[in-house]
Amino acid sequence: MTTTPLVEIRGLTASFDGIPALRGVDLLVGRGEAVALVGESGCGKSVTWLAALGLLPGKAAVTGSVRLDGAEILHAAPAVLDRVRGGRVAMIFQDPASSLNPVHRIGRQITEALRLHRGMDGAVAKEEARRLLDRVGMPDARRRLDAYPHELSGGQNQRVMIAMALAGGPELLVADEPTTALDVTIQAQILELLAEIRRDTGMALVLISHDLGVVAETCDRVLVMYAGRIVEETASAELFSAPAHPYAAGLLAALPPMDGPRRPLAAIPGGVPEPWAMPPGCPYAPRCPRHVAACDRAVPPLIPVAPAHRAACIRPVEPERTPELALA
Amino acid sequence: MLRFLGIRLARALLTMVLVVTFAFVVLRLSGDPALLIMSADAPPEAVAAFRESWGLNDPIWQQYLRYFAAIFRGDLGQSMRDGRPAIELVAERVPATLALTIPALLIKIGLGVPAGVYAALHRNSFADRAVMLLAVAGFTVPSFVLGLVLVLVFAVTLGWLPSGGQESWRHAVLPVITLGIGGAAVLARFTRSAMLEVLGQPYMRTALAKGVPWHVAVRRHALPNAAIPTVTIIGFMVGSLLAGAVVVESVFSWPGVGRLLVVAVANRDLAVVQCILLLVAATMVTANLVVDLLYGALDPRLRAAPRGATA
Repeated sequence: MTTTPLVEIRGLTASFDGIPALRGVDLLVGRGEAVALVGESGCGKSVTWLAALGLLPGKAAVTGSVRLDGAEILHAAPAVLDRVRGGRVAMIFQDPASSLNPVHRIGRQITEALRLHRGMDGAVAKEEARRLLDRVGMPDARRRLDAYPHELSGGQNQRVMIAMALAGGPELLVADEPTTALDVTIQAQILELLAEIRRDTGMALVLISHDLGVVAETCDRVLVMYAGRIVEETASAELFSAPAHPYAAGLLAALPPMDGPRRPLAAIPGGVPEPWAMPPGCPYAPRCPRHVAACDRAVPPLIPVAPAHRAACIRPVEPERTPELALA
Repeated sequence: MLRFLGIRLARALLTMVLVVTFAFVVLRLSGDPALLIMSADAPPEAVAAFRESWGLNDPIWQQYLRYFAAIFRGDLGQSMRDGRPAIELVAERVPATLALTIPALLIKIGLGVPAGVYAALHRNSFADRAVMLLAVAGFTVPSFVLGLVLVLVFAVTLGWLPSGGQESWRHAVLPVITLGIGGAAVLARFTRSAMLEVLGQPYMRTALAKGVPWHVAVRRHALPNAAIPTVTIIGFMVGSLLAGAVVVESVFSWPGVGRLLVVAVANRDLAVVQCILLLVAATMVTANLVVDLLYGALDPRLRAAPRGATA
């Protein structure tokens, strides 16, 4: 075990025009680790990483601490952040087609990153861009360098995004819903590619997703977010077999089982509370089947419920009760 | 690319044919050309002879074809006032108009585009609000009002510049400023909104996420995309180089095409009016064609798949 984690986020908050989107996020990413960040739309998964890398628009107010290898990068000088972004922490996004600049050839967009982070130029950069495109499984890579994003499919554009992200040789790749906009068959290919790259390079991966199936295949550890906070943190396998937070249990109950008898899917009633109308205590309390009066007193802290398993709940689901709850 | 070019060229030609036809129809609708030229109390035999000699008794489609052929030869008829070819009268006025509109165009672009970009980059700042306030003022004040105010201040009160005429470059200063400010305001507003739209695009976030410094991302990733809509407006301004100064030329008694148009309309000098109409249309169509070609150069998406809805 190394002593300093690769990324250490503490008490990260972000608000837009006074409306909070993150309410104090704490998380660690170890070297080479694959961590998933899951939760419903709007729970703050993407905002966490956009805030950490200083990519939120100027009107966003961000506080807390983000350490990369022990060094604070939140509100760091632009020159420092420009070295980190793409160089040490790369990010890819949900909609690859609109995430690439429509008026530049993809070769140029990749070599731009190579020039910034590896000082490559001209033919050398072009050759390396070709190699990267090959690496991400782009057919006919040499010719594709001269293509524009609109000439490629969604899956191919996402490969370009990944090639661009790899250009700087990052220690961490943050993949923000990388497969949501893609066909199911392409999804599997992209996930496989990410896993393969991670095996080869030892790069850490943060996978932001609302798709628990995707997470189960790709990641060792899962963080569940709800209303701008992390509510559960555990190993992927553990989350699936013994979720502790009723919200995580609810998410799992809403998934169709891969085997066993068919059962009606249990949707979680209600919706995520609006940011300006947060309940005083646990933000999940209004939707929670295990809700008691004590839940409304204070926001529950993230506490250990089992070894290497933490949940922000004062009445966590007990392991043996899970199947029964899932059937209810 | 060739297909793109072909479609654009064909459309430009079609537009010109329609304009020529329109001019023909308007000319016929405005009254009997024989009576217009000969005056109403001319002897009937003279009018009949005139009709015969100009072919006005032929079927209308023959007249139309003849008229079309004449325009192809560059024959745009004679001024009914002084009998000189209309094209000659108009051509002598063109340099004077361009002497106002070209410097004004440079002011519009040189002032409007940077102001719009700056305002977008400093959205909601004091500078943004100031630029936008000036822009709204600049394009809501009609040019004759602005022109008169400038005359009042700089010619009448301060006496720095002449109020009208065309004797020296100093006479051009006030009309050029009058023309330039309104256009710069329009362009500033347009450039700002184009930039704001582009700055919010996911590819800007991608550029920053890969470590491109902010100012480089603006220059390399935002500006080329924002240029696409802005070029449309600039193209329109180029297209109105000839006809865009009618009011200002009148205010400053500048002897350009615009003044000629006003005089020709007042005198019912149809050949001259028609000649100006065709010339202005030709400029506009040419400018549009150039804009279309520029689109192709600026936006690779249009090069591959020409879409009709871009003009």
